[in-house]
Amino acid sequence: MDWLKLFRAPPTKQTASIAKDRLKVVVAHQREGRANGPVYLPKLREELLLVVRKYVQVPDSAVNVQVQREDGLEVLEMNITLPDAT
Amino acid sequence: MAKIVVVTSGKGGVGKTTTSASFATGLAMRGHRTAVIDFDVGLRNLDLIMGCERRVVFDFVNVLNGEATLRQALIKDKQLDNLYILAASQTRDKDALTAEGVERVLGELGKEFDYVVCDSPAGIEKGAHLAMYFADEALVVTNPEVSSVRDSDRVLGLLSSKTRKAEAGEGRVKEHLVLTRYNPVRVDKGEMLSVDDVKDILAIPLLGVIPESQAVLTSSNAGAPVITAKETDAAAAYDDLVSRFLGEDRPHRFLTAEKKGLFGRLFGT
Repeated sequence: MDWLKLFRAPPTKQTASIAKDRLKVVVAHQREGRANGPVYLPKLREELLLVVRKYVQVPDSAVNVQVQREDGLEVLEMNITLPDAT
Repeated sequence: MAKIVVVTSGKGGVGKTTTSASFATGLAMRGHRTAVIDFDVGLRNLDLIMGCERRVVFDFVNVLNGEATLRQALIKDKQLDNLYILAASQTRDKDALTAEGVERVLGELGKEFDYVVCDSPAGIEKGAHLAMYFADEALVVTNPEVSSVRDSDRVLGLLSSKTRKAEAGEGRVKEHLVLTRYNPVRVDKGEMLSVDDVKDILAIPLLGVIPESQAVLTSSNAGAPVITAKETDAAAAYDDLVSRFLGEDRPHRFLTAEKKGLFGRLFGT
């Protein structure tokens, strides 16, 4: 009964939400590699690491510094992961 | 000193020139002395959209090379006394664009105009780079479509790092989102990214939404910026956009689909 298909609307996929999800991934990736933060960021990170190491021994990866943009505001976010207390 | 506004997007064909023409015309209609420059050296089109292609004698590259004065190269708009166009050259001599040259021309324009609108070429090469380099503000033209949104995000990265403001540490170029070719019917069906989706992803303030409109093509056919096509949706949307840019508070329109009545559904529109 192929002619019945004439009366049925073809199924529509909600492709916009797929597009949004894909873009979020692509854009997040793009922003990682972007020299987006201020030029002093790597140096700031290094010096922070030195200061922290005066008191606690942490690996290189323990200090994480990044600049994020939210609603036109720039937020400098610093994360220092301390080793488990032994 | 004039305010320099770049109209940019990364991707081609999204409506940069259409937006540049209507934005510049809108500023001039409100009494601001405005110049609009085509940075697309080798592929000029702003002259066609503004309807002054037959009056181009000297162009941007002639001025950069010192072959003509700025006064000789600026083309006065057909309708507005305070609107001038500086055409790009049709030769492929892209090396003519230098930072020093562009800075000099913008500096000269700055003495006589309130606003200088720079219509960027597509891509992220020299022309696009120099169009945005000296900007104070940027209109980032985006279509609700994956490749355009991704390219706009790339351009936002460049605006925050490869501009004079960013390099000199004098703050950032003020970014505005201009969403063009918006089709609320398809958004309702879930077939097109919504204005909120695009705002979410790009995270910059929305200046205006221009609906997909037949008036854009018919205006370009006639060589008149679409903002002058009174009583069309695109003209109204561009008019709102210019007002918002100048600080007026105007609600966004054309974001929802018009409900068709029975008659409309039977006979289309």
